[in-house]
Amino acid sequence: MSSVSLTNLKEALNYDEIVNCMRCGFCLAACPTYKLSLHEPRSPRGRIALARAVAEGHLDLNDIVGPLDQCVGCRACEVACPAGVHYGEILEAARATIVEHKEQSALERLVRKVGLKWVLGTPAGIRFAGWALWFWQVTGLSWLARKTGLTQAVAGKAMAELEAAMPRVPSPVKRFMGGGPGHVFPAIGERRARVGFFTGCIQEITFWKENRDAIALLQNAGCEVLIVPGQGCCGAVHTHTGEEAAAHEQAKRNIAAFERHQIDYVVNAAGGCGAALKEYKIWLKGDPEWAERAKKFSASVRDISEILLSLPPIPLGPRPGRVTFQDSCHMRNVQKLVNEPRKLLSSVPGLEFVEIGNADQCCGAGGVYNIMQPETANAMGADKASRVKATGARELVVANPPCQLHMRASLMRAGLDKEGVRVVHLATVLRESMDAAKSQERTGQTTR
Amino acid sequence: MGDAALIQALQRIVGEQHVLHAPADLAAYAVDATPLLRSLPTVVVFPGSRDEVKAILELASEKRIPVIPRGAASNLSGGTIAIEGGIMLNMNRMNRIIEVDAANLTATVQPGVTTAQLAREVEARGLFYPPDPGSQVISTIGGNVAENAGGLRGLKYGVTRDYVMGLEAVLPNGAILRTGGKNAKDVAGYDLTRLLVGSEGTLAVITEITVKLLPKPETKRAALAIFDRLEDAGRAVARIIENKIIPCTLEIMDKGTIKAVEEFAHVGLPTDAAAVLFIEQDGPRAVVDADIELAGRLCREEGARDVKVAATVEEGTKLAEARRFALPALARLRPTCVLEDATVPRSHLAEMIRFIEATAKKYNLLICTFGHAGDGNLHPTCPCDERDHEELERVEKAFAEIFDKAVSLGGTITGEHGVGIAKQDYLEWKIGEAGVAVSKGIKAVFDPLGILNPGKVLPKATRKRLVVRQG
Ligand SMILES: Cc1cc2nc3c(=O)[nH]c(=O)nc-3n(C[C@H](O)[C@H](O)[C@H](O)COP(=O)(O)OP(=O)(O)OC[C@H]3O[C@@H](n4cnc5c(N)ncnc54)[C@H](O)[C@@H]3O)c2cc1C
Ligand code: SF4
Ligand code: SF4
Repeated sequence: MSSVSLTNLKEALNYDEIVNCMRCGFCLAACPTYKLSLHEPRSPRGRIALARAVAEGHLDLNDIVGPLDQCVGCRACEVACPAGVHYGEILEAARATIVEHKEQSALERLVRKVGLKWVLGTPAGIRFAGWALWFWQVTGLSWLARKTGLTQAVAGKAMAELEAAMPRVPSPVKRFMGGGPGHVFPAIGERRARVGFFTGCIQEITFWKENRDAIALLQNAGCEVLIVPGQGCCGAVHTHTGEEAAAHEQAKRNIAAFERHQIDYVVNAAGGCGAALKEYKIWLKGDPEWAERAKKFSASVRDISEILLSLPPIPLGPRPGRVTFQDSCHMRNVQKLVNEPRKLLSSVPGLEFVEIGNADQCCGAGGVYNIMQPETANAMGADKASRVKATGARELVVANPPCQLHMRASLMRAGLDKEGVRVVHLATVLRESMDAAKSQERTGQTTR
Repeated sequence: MGDAALIQALQRIVGEQHVLHAPADLAAYAVDATPLLRSLPTVVVFPGSRDEVKAILELASEKRIPVIPRGAASNLSGGTIAIEGGIMLNMNRMNRIIEVDAANLTATVQPGVTTAQLAREVEARGLFYPPDPGSQVISTIGGNVAENAGGLRGLKYGVTRDYVMGLEAVLPNGAILRTGGKNAKDVAGYDLTRLLVGSEGTLAVITEITVKLLPKPETKRAALAIFDRLEDAGRAVARIIENKIIPCTLEIMDKGTIKAVEEFAHVGLPTDAAAVLFIEQDGPRAVVDADIELAGRLCREEGARDVKVAATVEEGTKLAEARRFALPALARLRPTCVLEDATVPRSHLAEMIRFIEATAKKYNLLICTFGHAGDGNLHPTCPCDERDHEELERVEKAFAEIFDKAVSLGGTITGEHGVGIAKQDYLEWKIGEAGVAVSKGIKAVFDPLGILNPGKVLPKATRKRLVVRQG
């Protein structure tokens, strides 16, 4: 670290943004990690003060690794900040600087290389992961590992719990038949737009069905849907872990892949990925070759809830039950989509929507936060679970796969799954309602 | 006592997890909301009870170590900066609402309860805690009491002082002091409660607070009046009060603030106006309606270009946003935001704002003014850049002139933010030599060793008053 000059460090840490913080503390009330600890270094104001102390040479970069690792990255603080401080940009800059300058253990280097570069970094790697996960689950290896405690012994308790909460992934054959990269799903009825679907990396394996639900909704809303070939991970995980350069590579690859096709919108069904896609314009703003292209790309990105509301409504049929909704932080705090999913849920006939007590609080998933900081993440998940229980809802609707997985594990820990409480994606709820409308029509029961 | 021994001793009192001392931890506690100040404490501690506070203070007294009480560190006068190092005593773990007593209309709370939390809790029972500092989402009741915080409702309902009925506090030597109580009438001896209110953490550590509550007002309604001349707005304020209307909120924003708010929030304010008044009244519906109608008419009579009266409570909340956006809008203009609180008798409002505008021009600064017109408490706010030292010098000079002017108009150097470090050298201008002497005497009685929040409030040196100007 001593090799870095202070000026370089200031620049790397985004000092210009840091000094915009006036230390009023308004963000503390919004920060889940502060509320759990009541410790200033676990608050946005504290973390900014620490980054500042490093930039000004009062602290060593290594000193602030712990407090920054504890940040879940939900960015609730940004919404609360009266001075408009872009905390997310400060956090990303700090994490990237740490990765660049910090000594890494051999294991950490290996995990970063295999996980972030080879698996998430390339479409082939993601395909491989899909095969491996399916193989793991169908061969009974997963069951065996769970029973013998192997998963827990090798990967730790947090991973084991998440693994247990993982939905069954569809077979590679099924996924192939369901339309992979390059597949075009025709619009149903009048064609209103042509959209490129962003599948997400792991999501296209573990939440494959949710993606297909979203595509079916788009088709019925009059969209021709293309699964744009050559796309990969959005890069959010890379920014969460400080791999800034790798994240930017992902961004460029995705922009280039979508540019090759004539499309009106880039649509996704994952709040976190969507936020990253919308922020490509910030990630690449300093790159002369890419700044304009990124801006154009980001402007075309829509969440599934957003685009459905901008198109003529799809006929929806009865889908009764009491549900509550868990915002994805990045959908709420970065994309600022708060009312859209609620409007859609409220439009489902028979569905009773009840607001959850702490809707604006992170569930604790936070990218890979629940693996890196299981204690805090699980405390946040437990709080959510108790709030879900208090609503009396039978289903917790989510809009982002990592939250879906984390909340499934959290509900299991709280024993709510045994009481029949389920976690479902917004797209699935809407699709089921749409299907109900269709079957009503077929049987001539339509009342319209 | 070495730092390691001190840390161990504190850990024995509160438990290991409630003591922080890593370099990164200390750096996060080196600042509060006051611009430009920074100093590291030696150790940070989180007591969970009065007895732990007592044990910490006994230890500190014995070893002569400074103790800095801290709530949310949202104060704007450097009150929680550990200028001499020492123990940063965080009160935020003591955050229980002990009791809401509907029969006596009181609430008893621990100091770490946030203002908003208390307000919510009592409102849920149809009761009302009026003090509402702009920082209420985060500020603590302990911090409010120690700063005697005011708020937007100060005109009609007064400030924190007017609601504190009783306190429990620990003196620096560990003795426990109880003042006041739930009695509406109590004249036993000196008013120690009032002495502790506004003592800025220099006399005792407050560990329990009993506040007075009111019944929740039936309804409220708001209006926004737009003026082309500052003087007209100033006169309108005086006329409203002359006509025996005491609005719960009567706020002013000057031209610079209007412009910043409009550019940031697009709430429909005319950027060419010289001033706007935000007026809100609460109480029984008939009274509220009549007051707002009359206030609107008076504003028109005094030359308001337009008066927008909210038809519903929700519409009023929208209008209030304009006022609430003042600080955020200004804070976004430049990196640093120096927010001050010069206060004058309200009849001098327009004159004071004029003077601030002229001073800003003289020093080539942007100073926008908004504030509590009803009680004369103005917030001249200067968006600047702390990295520009030459600019900071001009800011310093401009504010010295502004405080001087406020005092010469019969006003004060701070209406609600406290003296702390920021204003200590101006204190004598306001309270005089005798005032300073008596204050030093009081400090010596409470804290003979000078360990509690040292270097705050009492002047180190007194600034020379500026040359008296004409007019
Ligand atoms: C954006 C913004 C808006 C604001 N608006 C207003 C406003 O409208 N009106 C207003 O009056 N102020 C306002 N303030 C100033 C500030 O919020 C108040 O002074 C508030 O009362 C401070 O509370 P705190 O909990 O943050 O205390 P801190 O800042 O932590 O402490 C303030 C002082 O109290 C002492 N203290 C804290 N707790 C205790 C205790 N338990 N025992 C003894 N001493 C203690 C500290 O030593 C310090 O001297 C504003 C500040 C900001 C940043
Ligand atoms: S709310 Fe914004 S300005 Fe205030 S402390 Fe937090 S980040 Fe800084
Ligand atoms: S991103 Fe979330 S966890 Fe991190 S500082 Fe902001 S509010 Fe706290």
